[in-house]
Amino acid sequence: MRQPRTAGTYLRRLIVVGYLFLLVIWPVALVVHKTFEGGLDNLQTALSDPVVTDALQLTVVVALWAVAINTVFGVGISLLLVRYEFRGRGVLSALIDLPLSVSPVVVGLALLLAYGGNNGTFGPALEDAGLQIAFATPGIVMATAFVSLPLVIREIVPVLHEIGTEQEQAATSLGAGPWQTFWRITLPSIKWALVYGVVLSLARALGEFGAVKIVSGNVAQQTQTATLVVEQKYQDFEQGSAYATSFLLALIAVAALVVVTILRPKDDLDGD
Amino acid sequence: MTVDAPSLAPGAARRRRARSSGGTSLTRSSGLGLGVALTWFSLLVLIPLSLVVIQSIDGGWETFRQTLTNPQTAAALRLTVTQALIVTAINVVMGTLIAWVLVRDDFPGKRVLEVVIDIPFALPTIVAGLVLLSLYGPDSPLGVNVANTERSVFLALLFVTLPFVVRTVQPVLMELDRDVEEAAASLGAGRFTTLRRIILPSLAPAITAGAALSFARGISEYGSLVLLSGNLPLKTEVASVRILTYIENGNDAAAASVATILLLVALAAIVLLQVISSWVARRG
Repeated sequence: MRQPRTAGTYLRRLIVVGYLFLLVIWPVALVVHKTFEGGLDNLQTALSDPVVTDALQLTVVVALWAVAINTVFGVGISLLLVRYEFRGRGVLSALIDLPLSVSPVVVGLALLLAYGGNNGTFGPALEDAGLQIAFATPGIVMATAFVSLPLVIREIVPVLHEIGTEQEQAATSLGAGPWQTFWRITLPSIKWALVYGVVLSLARALGEFGAVKIVSGNVAQQTQTATLVVEQKYQDFEQGSAYATSFLLALIAVAALVVVTILRPKDDLDGD
Repeated sequence: MTVDAPSLAPGAARRRRARSSGGTSLTRSSGLGLGVALTWFSLLVLIPLSLVVIQSIDGGWETFRQTLTNPQTAAALRLTVTQALIVTAINVVMGTLIAWVLVRDDFPGKRVLEVVIDIPFALPTIVAGLVLLSLYGPDSPLGVNVANTERSVFLALLFVTLPFVVRTVQPVLMELDRDVEEAAASLGAGRFTTLRRIILPSLAPAITAGAALSFARGISEYGSLVLLSGNLPLKTEVASVRILTYIENGNDAAAASVATILLLVALAAIVLLQVISSWVARRG
């Protein structure tokens, strides 16, 4: 039942739409506009620049790795947190959210202190063993995985709580093994929450800047990711390329979100 | 995110009814899974973060004190915390209002607003800075130029923290029982009384969780400020930028000190907000 519409309803609507228009909609529209100011020139210039294309390629590879790791880890740890009883469960579930409250710069510093090649705690030993983490792709993947770690978990834990264990128990009592139960019962029930979590992780992974800047070393065409290219191009007064690269990054992230928002059943939980 | 832990999970507040002692004890394979998961979590998050804290203690109290009394660092910390506080306060009001409109109101284009709310989260932070520059920078069509001023920090934080309160309050508001509000109204409670006694206490835990996330994100923001604020020492330089400068100068101990302070402030904010939230919930 809806409340009767009063002047207050319209006032609230006006405030909210106005606020979002000034803070998000208009600025984003301007960047899209600036990208296409000279037709497709900006995009063409950017995409014919090997510095940009190499960075985009690296970003995609890193994001896919980070999202894959976070998805497997996220589903596993969520099932453990919700379905099992073990000591330290409460502490673990509080710690899982920690990466969201840590500055990307601190993430970069932390990873360098652990895996830096010169004075990191494990870095020198690992490099002697032939594995370079800092200033190489593994380090960038770790930084990206760190900052997006809780996103999958935060989406599926509430749903796992909500669906309970009855169906899973029924499946088990009918002779289904743990894998079969997971693929046939659990996974279909958490599907949309998982997809949403994966999309949020992907968006976050494509866009990570601070942590990657520190861990990667920011070497063009080697360890420079797309967001780092945006900064460099902007500061080198190649604004066209900066806008075009930004546009491409934003496009992937926003497109993924829009697709999920449209596809996701409306009566689904989590209010999206 | 389990029931017994204070958590910022969006669903935590409304899922208190979930079984408090759910789950079986670990089997051999799930025990192995837990082992693998914990190893990865430690290698990725716990050990590196501990090393930051250890590094800051290692330098001794003296490094700590010197770093914090450095005027530039002190100014950066003050600016960061002040702006994050102001932005969080605005988010508490605007975020709740936006969630309210999204849940209780209905108008064409509401689905578009749903996506708009997620954009600040989905946009790369460096792009967020660029986006804000286009409307509030030197070429502003509004004639408002905040670039390289304190207000640019405020604006950037406001942008990147937009989704947090909205996204935590929205699901709780959706599940809020309208009957109670109607009962209160039929017993003669005015709209303000209903809001204060019925609605706000139920929303308090969610608003708190959102505010905590928003504040934590605010004090740790870096990417969106790079192009927007100019990082002017003593003026628009935030704590994250100070840490980065220390890292680039090879002064890991000082960087770790500022980082530890940031971690402590975030922690203190979360605890404080939990206390406020339970106070509001009790009073209702």
